[in-house]
Amino acid sequence: MSESMTLPLHMRRAEFDPAAELAAVRDEEGVRKVRTVFGVDGWLITRFADVRAVLGDAERFSNAHQMVFRIPGMPQRTDEEIAELRAGNLLAFDPPEHTRLRRMLTPEFTVRRMRRLEPRIHDIVTEHLDAMERTGPPADLVTDFALPIPSLVICELLGVPYDDRADFQRRSGRMLDLSLPPQERAAASLESRVYMGELVARAKTDPGDDLLGMLVREHGEDLTPAELAGIGSLLLLAGHETTSNMLSLGTLALLRNPEQLELLRKEPERIDAAVEELLRWLSIVHSGMTKVTTTDVEVAGQHIPAGEIVICALPAANRDPALAADPDRLDIGRDSLGHVAFGHGVHHCLGAPLARMEMRVAFPALLQRFPGLREAGPEPAFRSFNVVYGLSSFKVAW
Amino acid sequence: MSEEQKPVRIRADRDVCIGAGMCVMTAEQIFDQDDDGVVVLLEPEPPAEHADLARRAVRACPSGALSLVED
Ligand code: HEM
Ligand code: HEM
Ligand code: SF4
Repeated sequence: MSESMTLPLHMRRAEFDPAAELAAVRDEEGVRKVRTVFGVDGWLITRFADVRAVLGDAERFSNAHQMVFRIPGMPQRTDEEIAELRAGNLLAFDPPEHTRLRRMLTPEFTVRRMRRLEPRIHDIVTEHLDAMERTGPPADLVTDFALPIPSLVICELLGVPYDDRADFQRRSGRMLDLSLPPQERAAASLESRVYMGELVARAKTDPGDDLLGMLVREHGEDLTPAELAGIGSLLLLAGHETTSNMLSLGTLALLRNPEQLELLRKEPERIDAAVEELLRWLSIVHSGMTKVTTTDVEVAGQHIPAGEIVICALPAANRDPALAADPDRLDIGRDSLGHVAFGHGVHHCLGAPLARMEMRVAFPALLQRFPGLREAGPEPAFRSFNVVYGLSSFKVAW
Repeated sequence: MSEEQKPVRIRADRDVCIGAGMCVMTAEQIFDQDDDGVVVLLEPEPPAEHADLARRAVRACPSGALSLVED
């Protein structure tokens, strides 16, 4: 982590828990002015009801007015360059431009489509458990299980060669690592678009059965090559970095809460509720994209003028007593319906049905295969200065 | 949490729906998604015993596409 940057308040944690000072903002004034990673000020929203309201109001809280491209001290980009960097990134648009892109993708992520993928996910999980068993303990749960499973799934879904994983995993790592200079993160994002551009060009001459092939076949006329590459880039990144950290951090959370683990082992039909509760309790995505107010607004009694940055602290909202009683307790028996771990509003996670399916297959299979699963030391490495919270390594034995 | 079991009517705005599928996951008896991923109401007026499920689905929907019309 570079010494010149301090970790923004909404990313501070004590292992699984949001930092005490973040919870204090929620329990006291609700909204606080903070310094963002871009070095400019923004308003941090922490309460459940306020976060839902902000995320649900794309008109007054815009994703399209990203300040990212106007960071003080950064080389100024031309409008064309900015357009090229944003193309196809759903997170960088408001309705109706956002709606146009999202509508092309939703058919691929319906609950029914995900059920059709389920057997293949089972096979992938089984192959990785077999490999762990063959090699024997100890294993690194991140590199042997949590990362490869969602990577392989998203590669097959998209039509990205899994053999290229070393390169794209390194690029995703750089894009999400907030301790790196913005120039370097932007460079990684450009490299990813170039790589995807090549795959898109290949799909244009010979569209396969995968998602890139489908997009080319059905929307090849409406989407520019830059948009196709942007969509592919976003899905590849979001598809493996997120679920992978839920699998590793979620397993550690269960091991550290043995009575919850015991309950899940005894009553495996609780898996769906357990997955929702882990999503809520861990809130691995610290915040949605930063938003910009399009008009004067009031949140939690605080006046915020037009043109200011607003950040939603998802972990604080998900631990709000207004959402769940005794919110800091991991309790797979509770009903965490409505949590904001996947965001809320029009940008609500496109991949949520896929991520849920991966987790409901992978957690039970892991627990069943290794009844004696335990931490093998050294201490798992938590990673904070990142868009997605999680573990960079986690040694286990069984 | 269990409110009185009154019949409810559900309204789904297909122009607002973003196809997140939360409704289908919450209440398969009441909702489906068409081939475009957009919500379809299987039961616009679910029987009283499904009223709680319907309320849960409305609460779960991230886009605000669903609403209840309670008589
Ligand atoms: C290929 C896809 C993506 C690209 C190119 C991208 C690009 C960027 C860029 C350029 C920034 C500005 C930060 C900087 O320049 O230092 C940023 C910030 C951010 N991105 Fe992304 N992003 C992508 C996907 C995602 C996804 C999938 C998520 C969440 C699930 C996400 C969440 C965020 C958040 C939360 C921030 C703001 C960090 C903060 O200040 O809190 N991004 N992104
Ligand atoms: C457990 C795993 C995951 C978590 C916690 C998660 C979380 C999130 C969150 C919080 C957002 C909203 C960001 C915002 O409002 O700024 C988001 C958006 C998104 N996620 Fe996920 N995600 C996960 C898995 C996935 C997977 C597997 C995929 C891809 C296949 C995916 C693709 C996306 C995309 C494309 C968006 C942008 C949607 C839009 O702007 O309309 N995510 N995710
Ligand atoms: S939950 Fe809401 S957004 Fe999602 S499919 Fe159902 S109606 Fe549409």
